[in-house]
Amino acid sequence: MVKKLLRSVRDYKKNTITTPILVTVETILEITIPTLMAVLIDNGISKNDMTAVMWIGAALVLCAGASLFLGILAGRGAAVASTGFAKNLRHDIFYNVQSFSFSNIDKFSTASIITRLTTDVTNVQNAFQMIIRMGVRAPVMMVFALIFAFRINAQLSLVFLSVIPVLGLGLWLIISHVHPLFKKIFKSYDKLNRVVQENLHGIRVVKSFVREDHEIEKFEEVSKSIFDDFSKAEKRIAFNMPLMQFCLYACMLLLAWFGAQSIIASGNTPGLGLTTGELASLITYTMMILMSLMMLSMVFVMIIISRASAERIVEILDEKSNLVNGDNPVYDLPNGSIDFENVTFSYSDKGGKPVLDNINLHIESGKTVGIIGGTGSSKSSIVQLIPRLYDVLSGSVKVGGTNVKDYDLETLRNNVAMVLQKNTLFSGTIKENLRWGNEDATDEDLIIACKLAHADSFIQDFPDKYDTKIEQGGVNVSGGQRQRLCIARALLKKPKILILDDSTSAVDTKTENMIREEFNTGIPDVTVIIIAQRILSIKNADKIVVMDDGCIVSTGKHDELIKTCEIYKEVYESQDRGLGL
Amino acid sequence: MSGAGGFRGRHIVGSTAGGKRAKPTFKKGTFKRLIKTMSEYKVHLIFVLFCILVSSAAGAGSAIFLQILIDDHIMPLIGVENPSYSGILQVILVVAFIYLMGITATLLFSRIMVVVGQGTLKKIRDTMFKHMQTLPVKYFDANNHGDVMSHFTNDTDTLRQAISMSFPQMVSSVFTVVAAFSAMLYLSIWLAIFVCFYTVLLLAVAKLLVSRSGKYFMHQQTAIGDVNGYIEEIINGQKVVKVFCREDKVGTEFDSKNDVLYKAASEANKYGNITMPVVNNLGFLLYVLLAIVGGLLGIIGVSNLSLTGWNVMTVGTIISFLTLSRSFVNPIGMISMQFNSVVMALAGASRIFELLDEKPEQDEGTISLVNSVIEGDIRFDGVDFGYNEETIVLHDISLYAKPGQKVALVGATGAGKTTITNLINRFYDIADGKITYDSKNINDIIKSDLRKSLGIVLQDVNLFTGTVMDNIRYGKLDATDEECIKAAKLVNADGFICMLPDGYQTVLDGDGSSLSQGQLQLISIARAAVADPPVMILDEATSSIDTRTETIVQKGMDALMHGRTVFVIAHRLSTVRNADVIMVMEHGRIIERGSHDELLKEKGKYYELYTGVYELD
Repeated sequence: MVKKLLRSVRDYKKNTITTPILVTVETILEITIPTLMAVLIDNGISKNDMTAVMWIGAALVLCAGASLFLGILAGRGAAVASTGFAKNLRHDIFYNVQSFSFSNIDKFSTASIITRLTTDVTNVQNAFQMIIRMGVRAPVMMVFALIFAFRINAQLSLVFLSVIPVLGLGLWLIISHVHPLFKKIFKSYDKLNRVVQENLHGIRVVKSFVREDHEIEKFEEVSKSIFDDFSKAEKRIAFNMPLMQFCLYACMLLLAWFGAQSIIASGNTPGLGLTTGELASLITYTMMILMSLMMLSMVFVMIIISRASAERIVEILDEKSNLVNGDNPVYDLPNGSIDFENVTFSYSDKGGKPVLDNINLHIESGKTVGIIGGTGSSKSSIVQLIPRLYDVLSGSVKVGGTNVKDYDLETLRNNVAMVLQKNTLFSGTIKENLRWGNEDATDEDLIIACKLAHADSFIQDFPDKYDTKIEQGGVNVSGGQRQRLCIARALLKKPKILILDDSTSAVDTKTENMIREEFNTGIPDVTVIIIAQRILSIKNADKIVVMDDGCIVSTGKHDELIKTCEIYKEVYESQDRGLGL
Repeated sequence: MSGAGGFRGRHIVGSTAGGKRAKPTFKKGTFKRLIKTMSEYKVHLIFVLFCILVSSAAGAGSAIFLQILIDDHIMPLIGVENPSYSGILQVILVVAFIYLMGITATLLFSRIMVVVGQGTLKKIRDTMFKHMQTLPVKYFDANNHGDVMSHFTNDTDTLRQAISMSFPQMVSSVFTVVAAFSAMLYLSIWLAIFVCFYTVLLLAVAKLLVSRSGKYFMHQQTAIGDVNGYIEEIINGQKVVKVFCREDKVGTEFDSKNDVLYKAASEANKYGNITMPVVNNLGFLLYVLLAIVGGLLGIIGVSNLSLTGWNVMTVGTIISFLTLSRSFVNPIGMISMQFNSVVMALAGASRIFELLDEKPEQDEGTISLVNSVIEGDIRFDGVDFGYNEETIVLHDISLYAKPGQKVALVGATGAGKTTITNLINRFYDIADGKITYDSKNINDIIKSDLRKSLGIVLQDVNLFTGTVMDNIRYGKLDATDEECIKAAKLVNADGFICMLPDGYQTVLDGDGSSLSQGQLQLISIARAAVADPPVMILDEATSSIDTRTETIVQKGMDALMHGRTVFVIAHRLSTVRNADVIMVMEHGRIIERGSHDELLKEKGKYYELYTGVYELD
């Protein structure tokens, strides 16, 4: 897991390596400085020797200056390394999410991806920074202090070793209890994000049903579970510091007890046993070890918190798209013909009733095909297989005579434009949104596409025309306007196949008619597939496919179907009656 | 043929993309408000202060312990035959007891601070969410959703570290500083004054660094909100990104936002990280300066003033003073380091308070509808409305819906139909004219009562994560399972729901991606049906439902609409033809009105809109 994460260090490797080195040198200097201080007192102040004070003082200032310089370098290096690492992590996660297929996307909720990209990355960033700074400083300090302690009196210093098992056991207990809690906490974070997100998106529903209190209750429940688990976890982590203190204080008392005996036994004679001065030094080093242990405990806490976060990040990094280019992908899509051969499809590979069952369908290039069928009859599912948004379970889908799996994905999708049922506009101007279809489209191209989709007229009515800002989710244009913008956006791709998944449901009949007319004259060579509820929308299609419950019931022209297909006839009559003419 | 302005949304002209951009300065009074938020933990905090005091005292005890041990207990025993160690043991036991108290105090305050910290965080989250629920619809249109979400996670998180770790450390450091300073005064007032001056200098440097990092932390929080916002929008529309092969483009844009965040974060951390070494090493400089000044004072023979009176500046005094200066400067370093996490917390808090300061939806209504019999008589009288002042999207709308009537609003897309319904439930307030509900001005009716009496099915289906049953029950929280199923049956949703793997207990994801759009619409209609309101507004409620299903739904819908005032917006004639009155709208005006038959006879816009097909044939 760590290895996987460290792959994101990349261009910040230099800083990641130099920082610990700088910190090490800085720490050594810092340990040296107190020795110099002692010298200053012993040789300068005590002897009332001002020259010595000046000289040693100068040396001290020099050391402090060097330590300051290194400290600043290390601090800046750590900042760059850790925030750079975080930047790369976010980059890697985001790009990996971009490579996801539809079924990968379905697996992670938006809220959860957001938490991972922000909260989790921040946790890892903090831990990373702590590790390369304090995580280096503390052990260096501890090792030096231990070395000095052992040099003074190895026997007595064994006391330090005696607390290691206590410390180890304590830490192990804390980790093993806290880690699962943090796993739970971050799941709750996902939930919290989700509730907020759903409220932001669905505020009109909340407000019109006057469900504010209900939502608050829901939120408070999640908020409380975060409070409960986080409190529980932090309360356990709170044992960390007292544990360290306990161990160190114990050492100190043991040192005092045995040290005192040793001093008395030796008569405070250097060489024979311990002296009072040595005992004082031992205690000073113990304090140093305590300090470094405190620092380590802070690092330790960060590591516990970030471990759960790291696991969540790796989970996304490890998720590999199940839709990838095959070997030697085809980059040329000759025409817009489509063939379904014995296609069976299901959203989950766990079995169950397939969504599409043994579909066979041939569509000639340049024809217009209508698909009609009841709610939930898998109309959307069938067309999503054409640009290979999902892979078939068995059988094959061919476009231009070649299996979609053999195409380069981008080639395929650039040639198969699809207006999704749940279409989305992004915040930005109308122009920017339209250029999603084609980055290099000129203003004229945009207008041509919008005229085809019958969007130009209303865009021209906006004060800012094509530079009108679209708010997120496109809330500031009406449903029908949004649909027409989405169609124009798809048209700009100049595709060989255009799929409209119920994309004119909010467009009035007259306008819809006009769009169809425009299509007939404007893009005659494009294969157009229209999923619609209204027979009117597809009546003139070259071929109409009637679907029911995942199967194709019937195909043919309007005039044939009206005679042969019972379902079609029923739909037709229900609508014809509706027209009242 | 199309409307001339923003519909259902905020003004188009001059809007700020991505909502508010927080200025990179703290909101005034952030610190005070934060403290106020924690005020309910006053007792906890006092106890914590006490515990920290005990804990630091125990720590300080170590220094004295050694001196006492050596001077009073070890030295007298040296050279003594068969020395008795009981005295030493006694001292050690006493100190052990003190240490134990210290450890206990540490444990106690750490655990109490968890309660204080987490409790405050919870309070802030809950207050924020509660406040968010009171904000007008406009706020949600204008503010980037991901950025708002960031307040609940990233901004709140900055407080955690500050409250549970930085606060106790700062307090304990302050204790140490005060103790060390008193000891200094005890030794030499001259030198203490010198230290004072130096400290001012030290703090000035620290302040400079902290204010720099503070500025960048504010940038960082804003940037992280921006990144959050971008992620939210893109991941939500991820399928569109895929369909348009925009992965690379989106990635590039993400990178540029990510880079802004990186720059702010790295600058903030740079200044944050160098505070400690700077203060620390300036401390060493103080040490040297003190040695020189003290030495000189000693040599010149200046008489020393201390709290104990005038005396001679001895070498011992200088040495003790030098040692003290270490325990004085170290905690100052600690404090200045913690300051960084405090300014980061302030940056987060500042953004949080910004949300809390958003003006809530005004409700000056006083008339309650709770106990009155609602007729459902709705009238518009000369209503003008615009989402902003420059662009008026509805002009002089007058219409009435008598109790039990079905009023259909038709017209080209963007004509202002949805806008009308947004005014009835007061998502937006009108600019001119009057809307009455049972002859009461809707502005005088308590908003929640007004909305409760209106059942709305919106064009965009929004369901919540939860079971199908939960989602239907959303219309009436105390509805029994039977009532929900009845509603589902009424709108013909029962059939497909029963086919789902877990029936009514099937869990829907946030966007209900496992169901088709038409199925989602059916559920949202059932949701409105279970609410059983006297007035209903159906905005393209059946647009994604196939007509065959709709015919079946229609029977249920007719039953549903019976005895209620209903506003219907639809493109399908089947949905509107049996309306009592049809209003044809264009460019924000009502241009035709009448029944289906009348309008057809008129051969005006209505005729054109809905029969164009046949003419073309």
